[in-house]
Amino acid sequence: MEVKKMAPIRSMKYEEFKNNDYLEGLVRQLNDEGAGVILTTVDRLINWGRSNSVWGLLLGTSCCAIEFMALGAARYDMARFGFEVTRNSPRQADVLVVMGTITYRTAPVMKRLYDQMAEPKYVVAVGGCTISGGPFIKSYNVVNGIDQIIPVDVYIPGCPPRPEAFYYGLMQLQRKMKVERFLGGVNGKDLQHEPNGKKEKGGDE
Amino acid sequence: MKRDEIIKTIEGAELCPGNAGVVKVPLSQFRKVAEGLRYDKESPMDFLREVVGVDWGEEGLGAVYFMESTVTGETAALKVVSDDRETALLPTVSDLWKTALIKEREAYDFLGIRFTGHPDMRRLFLREDWIGWPLRKDYDMKSNPLRLDNEINADITREYRLRKDGTLEGIDHPIFGENDFVVNMGPQHPSTHGALRMRIGLDGEVITKVDPILGYIHRGIEKMNESLTYPQTLGMTDRLDYLSAHQSRHALCMCIEKAAGIEVTERVKYIRTIMDELQRIDSHLLFYSCLVLDMGAMTPFFYGFREREMILDIFEETTGGRLIQHYNLIGGVQDDIHPTFCQKVKEFIAHLRKVIPDYHRIFTGNVIADTRLKGVGMLSKEDAISLGCTGGTGRASGWANDVRKRHPYGLYDKIDFKQITYDGCDSFSRYMVRMDEIMESCRIIEQLIDNIPEGEYRVKTKPIIKLPEGIWTSAVETSRGEFGVMIESHGDKTPYRMHFRSTGLPLVQAMDTMCRGWKFADLIAIGASADFVIPDIDR
Repeated sequence: MEVKKMAPIRSMKYEEFKNNDYLEGLVRQLNDEGAGVILTTVDRLINWGRSNSVWGLLLGTSCCAIEFMALGAARYDMARFGFEVTRNSPRQADVLVVMGTITYRTAPVMKRLYDQMAEPKYVVAVGGCTISGGPFIKSYNVVNGIDQIIPVDVYIPGCPPRPEAFYYGLMQLQRKMKVERFLGGVNGKDLQHEPNGKKEKGGDE
Repeated sequence: MKRDEIIKTIEGAELCPGNAGVVKVPLSQFRKVAEGLRYDKESPMDFLREVVGVDWGEEGLGAVYFMESTVTGETAALKVVSDDRETALLPTVSDLWKTALIKEREAYDFLGIRFTGHPDMRRLFLREDWIGWPLRKDYDMKSNPLRLDNEINADITREYRLRKDGTLEGIDHPIFGENDFVVNMGPQHPSTHGALRMRIGLDGEVITKVDPILGYIHRGIEKMNESLTYPQTLGMTDRLDYLSAHQSRHALCMCIEKAAGIEVTERVKYIRTIMDELQRIDSHLLFYSCLVLDMGAMTPFFYGFREREMILDIFEETTGGRLIQHYNLIGGVQDDIHPTFCQKVKEFIAHLRKVIPDYHRIFTGNVIADTRLKGVGMLSKEDAISLGCTGGTGRASGWANDVRKRHPYGLYDKIDFKQITYDGCDSFSRYMVRMDEIMESCRIIEQLIDNIPEGEYRVKTKPIIKLPEGIWTSAVETSRGEFGVMIESHGDKTPYRMHFRSTGLPLVQAMDTMCRGWKFADLIAIGASADFVIPDIDR
């Protein structure tokens, strides 16, 4: 069975999203590897559930976290899109939302939080600081992009990003979840950064 | 004047240039002068505003101490230098002012100056295994690469003492008592308002010690500023205390304007003052929302954010930003106010006056709120002054410390407003101070909004701004206390040293005093009532 390119989100049209080619690439990969009828149907059901109840683990260190609070309040009410549940334990969360500058002292803490999360897990980098170091790129104590430490699924630029940008980024994550294979290993994850280094190991053999 | 007295009586004392009136005293005389100022009969200098460590290159390493008398309002500033760069030693003043306990640790962390007699010489912001002293001028910025191994925190701290023969002696002190059960809280914890970490010593359920571990968001802003031109440095202040973005930037602009001799127009003063007060309301609404959220109530959070969004809309129309606005500039503001600004502010104030009674109705008299806030987390007036807890926290202990009254800036000397103080010394007073300040800010804005004079919103400045040599300071009352800027200029287009007085650092230090003897569960409510913002502490 062919997996359709669509990763529908009720609140926004497919054409209005950018970076659709990336998701289409994921779908192509799925089809190339062979998508069975039963597995695909079950996957679609599971992914529908997963993508509509994304539980976040918040690592909010500075300004971006305040904008996230605005998302939780009535005006920008993120409950409409299914990501209002936030957990404070890594064991219960699907996505690590990193908001604010990550310094050398916080970096091991963030790595540990990521390692403690259960698969399949995702990372959203919010704000200029997490993406590249932002205005503090020349500092002696700031990590220049968290993707040096953990793999990142969605980048939300801004300083801090507007609530609308948060929606857009988190919807992109939902769309990614929707076209993933769930049973039999999650596809499209970059294994290079995995703690046990599966990819590197494969290369050696 | 204390300043002239010191210069006259102390041999070798000299006045440094700049508006701060800093007097350089010889190292051997420093301790005597400090004690004399602290225990002066007429105006005891009981409030130590700041200890700023500076690397003066050839001259040596040293610190500048800013102090003020809460009795007479007189100020003094001392500079002391140790010419030995290898083992820089200064006598501690932590027995005279409690706030020096944490500020001297900051100077040690940044510059490697050891304070003899200080009971707790640990690093404050950087990893405990960090090599080198980042604020020294000869520090190699690449000497500490990113490490992902976990940091181990010491349980023993060291005190350095000078023996009579001039040699150094180290004495070890345990941080926690033998029977303490130590619980870790943070840095990833929803109720610490950012990346704050505390180690909490417990005896049963009762807190015996709170040991804050800071620096999880230390970005090295002060060091970065040393290689930025003055207009560029403005970009950093909004990111210190992001709930006082306008006010912090106001302080820095004022400091540079004072030093460079730039006069701003009346219109600018009006705009800045109104923006500062709107920012204060914004911050206090967020304080209300977070305090009640931390205590388990959900509905008031939505109330607070509903009104806060209205302020953000007003900000956005004029400045283009919601949280970080970059509005103040040297010599004025970025752009003129939006044509509908005045009308919208008036509508908002009228609306806010209508809804604040709802805020009180839903939370203030509530039985849970009362039992968890009233009489909990006591901070006496003496402690508040000694610890340097400015802002609402100090005013809730009966210390009238509002910078807007003490050293008026902007238009605060021309308008009529009350300084809110409470004598309760508890969490409830700290809450009430902020709620009352919202109403007071409304009054201030109402007096100004109809009278904004015509004029330039920005005066022309030179393309390259250079400040005359000297130490320059300014201070404003931000949403959570006294925010100060100190610039040491050597006549270049970049500052030689730029330091920001953190409003939250004394509050975090005071957590130990406020929480001792109370139950573990009270810690969250006490912390929320103290209202600190972590990026402002760590800088």
